[in-house]
Order: sequence, then C-alpha cells, then structure tokens
Amino acid sequence: MPRRGLFWAQLLFTLILCAFLIVPVVLSALAGLTENFFVGLESGLTLRWVWEVWGLYSQTIYLSLIIAFACLAVTLLLGVPTAYVLARKGGRVSRLIEETIVLPVAIPGLAIALALIITYGGFRDFRASWAFILVGHVLYTLPFMVRSVLAVLSSMNFRELEEGAASLGASFWQRFWTVILPNARPGILAGSLMVVTLSIGEFNLTWMLHTPVTKALPVGLADSYASMRLEVASAYTLIFFVMIIPLLLAMQALSRENRVIATKRAERAVLQERTAT
Amino acid sequence: MTSENTAVSLRACGKTFADGTRALEQLDLEVGGGETLVLLGPSGCGKTTLLRIVAGLEMPDAGGRVLFNDEDVSARPIEKRNVGMVFQSYALFPNMSVAENVAYGLRVRRAPKAEIAARVAEMLAMMRIEELAERRVDQLSGGQRQRVALARAIAVRPRVLLLDEPLTALDALLRDRLRVEIDSLLRSLGITAIYVTHDQAEAMALGDRIVVMSHGRIAQIGTPQEIYHRPANDFVADFIGTVNRLPARFFPEQANGSTELLVRPEDLDVVPAAEADFTGRVTSSLFLGNRTRLVLEGIGPEPLVVESALRGRFDVGTDVPIRVKREGLMTLPNTRPSPTEQRTL
Amino acid sequence: MDRRDYPTLFLLILPAALVFLAFFIVPMVRLAFVGASGEDGLAAYVSVLTTPRHFESMVATILLSLGVTFAALAVSTVAGLFLVRNRFPGRETLISVLTLPLAFPGVVIGFLVILLAGRQGLVGDVTQALTGEKLVFAYSMAGLFVGYLYFSIPRVILTIMAAAEKLDPALEEAARSLGAPAWRVVRDVILPALKPGLIASGAICFATSMGAFGTAFTLATRIDVLPMTIYTEFTLNANIAGAASLSITLGLVTWAALFIARSLSGSTVAASG
Repeated sequence: MPRRGLFWAQLLFTLILCAFLIVPVVLSALAGLTENFFVGLESGLTLRWVWEVWGLYSQTIYLSLIIAFACLAVTLLLGVPTAYVLARKGGRVSRLIEETIVLPVAIPGLAIALALIITYGGFRDFRASWAFILVGHVLYTLPFMVRSVLAVLSSMNFRELEEGAASLGASFWQRFWTVILPNARPGILAGSLMVVTLSIGEFNLTWMLHTPVTKALPVGLADSYASMRLEVASAYTLIFFVMIIPLLLAMQALSRENRVIATKRAERAVLQERTAT
Repeated sequence: MTSENTAVSLRACGKTFADGTRALEQLDLEVGGGETLVLLGPSGCGKTTLLRIVAGLEMPDAGGRVLFNDEDVSARPIEKRNVGMVFQSYALFPNMSVAENVAYGLRVRRAPKAEIAARVAEMLAMMRIEELAERRVDQLSGGQRQRVALARAIAVRPRVLLLDEPLTALDALLRDRLRVEIDSLLRSLGITAIYVTHDQAEAMALGDRIVVMSHGRIAQIGTPQEIYHRPANDFVADFIGTVNRLPARFFPEQANGSTELLVRPEDLDVVPAAEADFTGRVTSSLFLGNRTRLVLEGIGPEPLVVESALRGRFDVGTDVPIRVKREGLMTLPNTRPSPTEQRTL
Repeated sequence: MDRRDYPTLFLLILPAALVFLAFFIVPMVRLAFVGASGEDGLAAYVSVLTTPRHFESMVATILLSLGVTFAALAVSTVAGLFLVRNRFPGRETLISVLTLPLAFPGVVIGFLVILLAGRQGLVGDVTQALTGEKLVFAYSMAGLFVGYLYFSIPRVILTIMAAAEKLDPALEEAARSLGAPAWRVVRDVILPALKPGLIASGAICFATSMGAFGTAFTLATRIDVLPMTIYTEFTLNANIAGAASLSITLGLVTWAALFIARSLSGSTVAASG
C-alpha cells in the first residue's frame, strides 16, 4: 500500500519525540567532552573533564556499584522465593501480599526515606553506613524483581512441570532448583537488570538517606549540578550514561527476545490445537 | 436481500508482499451472482490473500483489478466496498454489547435509530440469539460468537459476504451443526459468498463451486462432484479425500493411455474370491463403526486403502479378495499422452 | 502435594515478610504517628487544606501532574500506535530511542532540561538566533513539566505498545469492512482496546509526577511542588511532624491514584512504577 500523508505526519511526530528524548543526551555527552561548552565545539574535544570527575567522584561510583550488587543479591534472595510463593498460592492473601510489596513504588521515596530516618536514624552506626541506603533500595527494587519473576511463572504452566518432576520422585527443593529456577530464568534475568539499573540511578531515597561518608553516584551528580561548572557536570552525567545505557539496552534486547519466545510458544499452542481437532 | 446479486470478477490479480514473498500468482476468477464459492487449500496456499484482495484489505499487484458487477472497485478501500466479512477470530468488538456489535455497520452508515433497532432485532431473530442482545461479548460461547459475527456482517446488506475460516476455531460437533446452519443461511439469503477453508468436508458441503488452491495457484475449479470424481491433478486428488494409485496394466481399457489409475477407497469392495480383480494382504485393520478401513499390500507398488461396510473381522496377515468398481476408476489429465488444459479457469 | 508444601512456602516468604515489616510497615506507621505529634496534633493532616502555602503547593503539584499525564498519554499514544501499526526500516531504532530513558533518574533529567532550556541551553541558542531573544524556561514550572514529560514518555509508550500489539488486527479490519472510516476505527475500536493500558500508565505517570523530587531539586529549590515543600520543611525548618504529615498525605494521594486506576482498568498497575 502506498504511504499516505498520514504516515509521514505520524513519522515526523515520532521523530520529533525521539529528538526530544535523545538530543539532550547527546548535548550532555558533547558538553562533557568539549573544552568550553559556552564557546562550542571549536574549543576542541578533551577528556580533561572526565578525568576531573574521576578524581573528584570515583568513590561515589564505586559505592553505587557496591550498593547495586548488594541490592541485587538481597532482592534475589527475597524476591524469587516470594514470587514463587505468590504464583503457587494465588487467592486473596497473595494479592494482599503483592499489594504490600508494591507499595514502596506507589508511595514517594521521600516519604519512605523520612519514615526510615525517623525510625532508625537513632542507630548511629547503621545510619552512617551504606547499609542504610541499601535498605531503601531493596524496598524500592524488590517489587520489580517479584513482578518480573511472577510474570514468567504465571505465563507458563509451572505447576504441571512441577507435578511431572514430583511424579519422577523429585523432592520440593529438588523441584525448586531443577525445574522452577531454570524455567523462571528469563524473569530473573530481566528483574536483575532492572534492579541494578534502578539502584544505580535512584535519587529520591538515596539523597535523603545518604551521609557525608556514604555519597552514592546520584548524590554526587546532584552535588555536581549544584556546584560544578557545566562541563564537569556533563562529564559526570556522561559517565553515568556509559554505566547505565548498556544495562538499558540489554533490558530492551531481553524483552524483545522474551516476546519472540512468547509468540513462538503461542503459535505452537495454536498449531497443536488445530492438529488436534 | 439486494434486488440483484453481485457478481465478482478478479482480473490478473497477483500478490507479492513487501518482503518479496509471492503469496498469489497472477490469476483470473469469476464468482457468479448468488453463488457460494469456496476457496480450499492448505495453509499458505494463497486462499486468504485472495479473499483479502476481494475484501479490499490487500491491494493486488499492479495491473490486477477487482470488479463487482462490471464496476471496478480496485481503488476502493474495504470501508467503501460494502462487503460483509466474518473472521476466523470473529473479531467482535469487546467494548460493545451483542446488539451494538450488530448495529455497528448501520450506525457508521448513519441509518435512523428506529431502522437500526428493527434491523438488529431482525438479525438476532434470524440467528436465533435474541436473548443475547444485551450480553457482553466475553460472556458468549464460541458458537454464539460465530452467530453474532454472521449477524453483524449480514446486517449491512453487503453486496458480497466473505467468510475467512469461520468455523475453524470451533470444536468438531459445533462445527458440523453450524456448517448446516451457514449452508441454509446462504441459500435463503441468495447472497454472493466467498468462503475460505482448509477443511474439505466444509468445502464439499457448502460450495456451489470449489476452487482448490496450492502454492498461490489455482489447482482446479469445479463443483464438489467434479473435484471429487474428476481431480485435475495429483495435488487435488490427494488433498480431497483418500486416493489409491494402481498401475495402468490392471485395467488397460479404462486407463485410456495413462500410466496410472486412481480409485477411492469406497470404490474397492471386498468380494468372494471368484469375483475378485486381485487379492491383497491385510497390514492394518481399523474398525470405524460403520465401516472398516483396511490397508492392503501386494497389489501395486503402493499399499491400497479399502473401506468395507462388511461385518466381520479382517485379521492382519490374511489375504482379502478385492473388486474394483469400474465407474470409480479415474485418470489424471496430466498423465494422459495428450495433455489437456490443466488449469481450468 | 499442595498442603504438605505449606510450611515450606511459609518459610520461603518469611525473610521477605520480616524485612518488609521491619523496614517498611513499622517505619510507615511510625511516620504516621510522628505526623500527628506536632503542635497541631492530628490537625496536621489537614494542613494541606488549611495552611495556604501547603494548599497552593498541593494544587500546583496536582495540576502539574495532571497536565504531564495527559500530555504524556497523548504524545505516547500517537507515537506508540504509529510504531506498532507500521513496519519500516529504522523502526526498531526509534522504539529503542523512545524507551531508552526508562530508568533515567529525576536528577539527571533535570540536568538534561537545563541543557535543553537553561541559560546556556539549546532552546535559548536557537531562539536567540531566530528572534534575538533568549528563551529560558528550565527553572520554572514549565521546565518541570518538560522534565516530567521526558520521564513519563518511555514507560507510557511501552504500555501502549504492549496493549496495541495484543490487539487483534481483525478487529480493525472488521470495523472497516462494516464501513467505518479511519477516525471511527480509532475511536470505536482502538482507543477502547487501549483504555486499560492508558488508565494504568496514566495513573503511574500521575503518581510519579506527584512524588518526584530529583528533577525539581536539580532545577531550582524555589519551585513549590509538594515534594520540595516537604523537603524544605524537613531540612530548613526542621519541622519533622509537618514533613511527616505531608508525606503521608502525598503517599495517600499517589496510592489512591493507582488504586482507582486499577479498579477502573481491572488490571495490575504498578508494574513499571
């Protein structure tokens, strides 16, 4: 069918939207690499600002990575079993539990952070350690892990698989390790990517929960935006993008792949149904 | 319905998709006014593409034309062609009730309210689903959905009714029942209809004529009897029903020069040894209730399938005498020495 | 084997339950009590209505969030539908670009808005070249609006595309076969099918805009949206009870938005919060 005017109008609109999202990112990358952003590109490209950021803020980057992976470990330990129990049980209690777990996403981080400070601020050592930030991140990212695993589990007939394994003599833990976990892997992987990405960039909680000795990356970013020259702030943002964009791209690739698998599964089911009738 | 029935002509219609797939080779096709034409073939044979070209959902490749009663509608999109279409998935609008679904085409045409109400009531009565009028679509069974889809398509008094595998999603029992209903509906409406299916029984039951398709081409066009008893080629012979192949030497006079003879299982009878044309050894015996299906070896190069209504057991390994009904012997045009037109267009 | 597994299931969910109880439920209850512990007592909870400064900030935040929600839904629906319903070279790249900023934090988006519309921003440069006057709007409500829009578009587009992909193409063809022109197909078939997705992503968009803090923090401390008001009460005025009561109110509003959306759309909402 020939492309009509409407097609081109929509394409133009979409391109403008893309530009709105991507141009600032490019601007920030450029600003972080130019000698003087106010003068423009003719002032020359440099890695000077990146090195400066590294000198000033590398601690924040390390700390954020530590927190992100600690957060991943905790959400895996807490989230995967929770998702399995929710998928197994169903019913009103399960829904209530799911609701509760998702609350930290619905309630602003500011409120949660205040609640944590009011309740646990008095425990000096805890308050001063990065574990305090970790607690906030776990609350915020756990729903994503649970949802992601739950979605995969409910899209397949895991009960039948489990019953099959049980009929072959597998105990509960054997089934959990050899049947449930391997089959939930796409969900676990997607959830893990999400958790790490969110943890690295989380600001609302991190800002409220941090102390001068536990400055994580987003805190450093806010700090540089407020007090550093534009080039330094941009270079810092560039480093952040370099960390986070591969994770986001991996997430996109994974969801595309999962979608292909899901369609194939559906197609096969339809085919089987057809040949059966 | 309409005072005069619409004939449909396709002229030089082919379809190549953007990715280069040739879904439909260039072909011509005539559908008479009031006729029910069935497009039959395995999936990927081009039958749905052909239907969608008639509908206006696909545009034929350059040069192809679609005519409704000599009126060229090629340039018209589907919404301007006044066709009724029934989809395999029914495609009922989930945000509307049954009555709203049936009324939709008339509402789009800005028909007066009273007229719409009357027409919807008439349609629901005709399909015997009056009591479902206010139901939501997701509360309906498959068979009910099918009836709503038919009512919706017919409500707008379309020039041509197009049905794309309308019974495929139903279970076998319901399929048989709705097949009868659709048949009497099409006859009573007298509307021109094009019906796509991969089910030969459906095609036989419903079609005034059947177009058998394969790989984007028309393999044969004919009445159900012609298609079944005089297949034009191997593909049609094998796709419709079961067919046995016999070397020509068994019946040289019927072979008429062909190297091979075709015969349907029901035209092979189990007879007393004295009347037999030949005997075969039973390799499998399936009791089907009203008949027994036997597979015999030792006659021609291929095993022979025989369906016998005789009571009694046929044990594997025993020899069975067989007589061939002479009128059941068929030859294929393309195995004859003088090839005739293979594609009957 | 169902019932026999119950103790094991209980054991599996216990760690998560304890962590949640200790670090979420208990602190939130505590926060609610602290909110009522100020001079005004329980009345602190209506301060959003009675204190003019808080009331204005609440109204401004709600208006801003509503505006962002509708703008994000509108532009994302156009682009999302277009990308689902057309196949052309470069399509995957466009989808990738539109969903990439999914997890950009608010602070960073604030900075991107400054680069776009700040004192040294692109918009300023372009408008100066064109009209001689420099357009700078980053440090105001308009800047916040742009930032929240940036934040919201990726997740709304994802939801809309997922819903549109599930749409049976035969529905649209059926409407057209019945004579419906393109705009009626959109109004009668496509938008109703997208409605649950639109409500769900709209609610998330509203809730995150209400509670967002990073973008406003980067742009300016003077923009009076509720999260900034809470932050100011807590840090500058040391009014912990006030900050607590406002936080609880804000949390109730965002939770209510998501709750209402879910009962309207009948699906689970907060998935991509």
